Amino acid sequence: MESKTLEIRNLNTSFFTQQGEVRAACDVCLEVQPGQITGIVGESGCGKSVTARSVMGLVRYPGRVVSGEILLDGKAMTGISGKEACSLRGAEVSMIFQEPMTSLNPVMKVGKQVEEALLLHRKLSKKEAAKSAAQMLEKVGISDVKNRMECYPHQLSGGLRQRVMIAMAMICSPKLLIADEPTTALDVTVEAQILRLMKQLCDAGTSILLISHNLGVIAQICDYVYVMYAGRVVEQADTMTLFDHPAHPYTRGLLQAARSLRSDAEVLATIPGVVPNLLHLPAGCSFSPRCGQCQEPCKTSMPDMLPAGEKGHLVRCFLAEKEKQQPVEAI
Amino acid sequence: MVSDRSRKIVREYEEQQKNAVAGMNASSDGSALAGKDAKEREEELKREIGEAETFFTLMRRLVRENKLAVFSAAVILLFILAAVFAPLLTPYSFSDMDLMNRLCAPSSAHLFGTDAAGRDILTRLLYGSRVSLLTGVVPTIMSMLGGALLGVIAGYLQGIVDAVIMRIADVVLAFPSMLLAMVIVYMLGDGLVNIFLTLALVNWASVARIVRAQTLALKETEYVEAARVIGVSRTRIMFRHLLPNCLPTLIVLFTLNVPSAILTESSLSFLGLGVQPPNASWGLMVNEGRQYLYNAPWVSLVPSIAIMLIVLAFNFLGDGLRDVLDPYQKK
Repeated sequence: MESKTLEIRNLNTSFFTQQGEVRAACDVCLEVQPGQITGIVGESGCGKSVTARSVMGLVRYPGRVVSGEILLDGKAMTGISGKEACSLRGAEVSMIFQEPMTSLNPVMKVGKQVEEALLLHRKLSKKEAAKSAAQMLEKVGISDVKNRMECYPHQLSGGLRQRVMIAMAMICSPKLLIADEPTTALDVTVEAQILRLMKQLCDAGTSILLISHNLGVIAQICDYVYVMYAGRVVEQADTMTLFDHPAHPYTRGLLQAARSLRSDAEVLATIPGVVPNLLHLPAGCSFSPRCGQCQEPCKTSMPDMLPAGEKGHLVRCFLAEKEKQQPVEAI
Repeated sequence: MVSDRSRKIVREYEEQQKNAVAGMNASSDGSALAGKDAKEREEELKREIGEAETFFTLMRRLVRENKLAVFSAAVILLFILAAVFAPLLTPYSFSDMDLMNRLCAPSSAHLFGTDAAGRDILTRLLYGSRVSLLTGVVPTIMSMLGGALLGVIAGYLQGIVDAVIMRIADVVLAFPSMLLAMVIVYMLGDGLVNIFLTLALVNWASVARIVRAQTLALKETEYVEAARVIGVSRTRIMFRHLLPNCLPTLIVLFTLNVPSAILTESSLSFLGLGVQPPNASWGLMVNEGRQYLYNAPWVSLVPSIAIMLIVLAFNFLGDGLRDVLDPYQKK
């Protein structure tokens, strides 16, 4: 079998609050294939970011990874020393964040920030580092690099800053780039540029794990998609299959909410109810209280990931078998 | 700093860049496509956002924007020069008594009059400024270095290290600082070096407190996470990312602590625990004039005004520096 860039097996990440244990990521299994862009989509608080942070070892107190395995290119990321983690981060796996406005150190010149990873992981002289930093910045589409490298972050616009962030993350050409809602804070035109850039990076050999709540973004660039709900993966499929034949009622709801924009409907389609409190998850399937097709077994037990239709299409729903036959309504 | 007009230009520039990006493929030659026009714009942009900020451009801005700070700097410089060249500036000795001319009023022979031992007050003031400036700056630098170091370590590592450092700081802060200083001076014995040590030992705790608080806030920011993500070690994060961001606070603190150290030294000398006669110190001089406040007010008044001037000058300069150095406040 081909080796995966990232493999997460049964990841459990919990936050130990005063009210009790909050299971933010629950038995998450996830794979990123080399050279692909894999998406995670879901509402706020569904565990997307926590999963990504668990990979990077960035889960904040009082949270921690309780159990599970995280393999980066076959090497374990969990249970390694701080030093080892430092040498992996940046070199093998890197991450970009949602807020380009606050993700750069305000008192450091952007050139220096891009060089930093190089100086840490590669044995380069300052001069060489500066040179390859300049090349990287050019590669991410920044012109007038020489002057920009001497700028402080506040002198750059949001789009430029996000490009700098990407350059920072990509400078050591990591195998995996985790992008946590990289375009949420940007306007649509800049978003398009950044997405194009990410696609280019992916073509150049970096696998990307893209986290987003924007189905449009996912549809545009992802090869494979995971849908998360209340800390669990509820559906996974390659992008085409997921958008054409969504099997989980939640996924269908999401897609309907997005699609109704284009229709003439006066009222936006919504999913009734709210995301359950992770402290008091409903018994059985966590989506059952909001599900229109909820049946008896749904209220008592959590379904496993069941195959649905196409190869590689898995869904956490008892109705999966039935869904297969049921055609999805036309757009 | 970046004016509205330059923002507009940056925006236009980016739009152009965007068009260029849209027009091209992976080849990153956007500016060539946009043609010569882009180059002209670039020049304009460079003129508008200015060259990279160096120490000199910062200083130039300080001179332009804050006349009071510049004036204060001049006052401080004047005191420093006076301290250095004291023997050249006055024909009198700071210690030789002249009992025929006790408590002379200011005159052309004695510009600020004479004290109870007939010593020229101007002369003693000049020599005293050596002590005052040194006790202002040296122990403050010592306490800032120590306090910032301990504060950033406590704030970033937290846990037991934090608890130990901060409890010691609490103990130091719990004593009235004057009492603590007196006890330490008493134990160490008088002498300038011991006064330096005393003032540093009394002042580090408040610096540590403030830096720790700042660190706690800063360590949650995304740029610290971004630094961790590219594999920056804990030590490097503390010293390269957190401390520089505390710098504006530290500068303000410095300019508050220098005058307070000067005042503490003056108080100690006033109480007879600091600089010993016949050496001159402003605090000591105020004390010496105390008994003659009614018939020869200048004996106390002149050194008091000197203390006030230097304290105010440091405060104003600190304010100005903070405005220039703080990247958040840049207009």
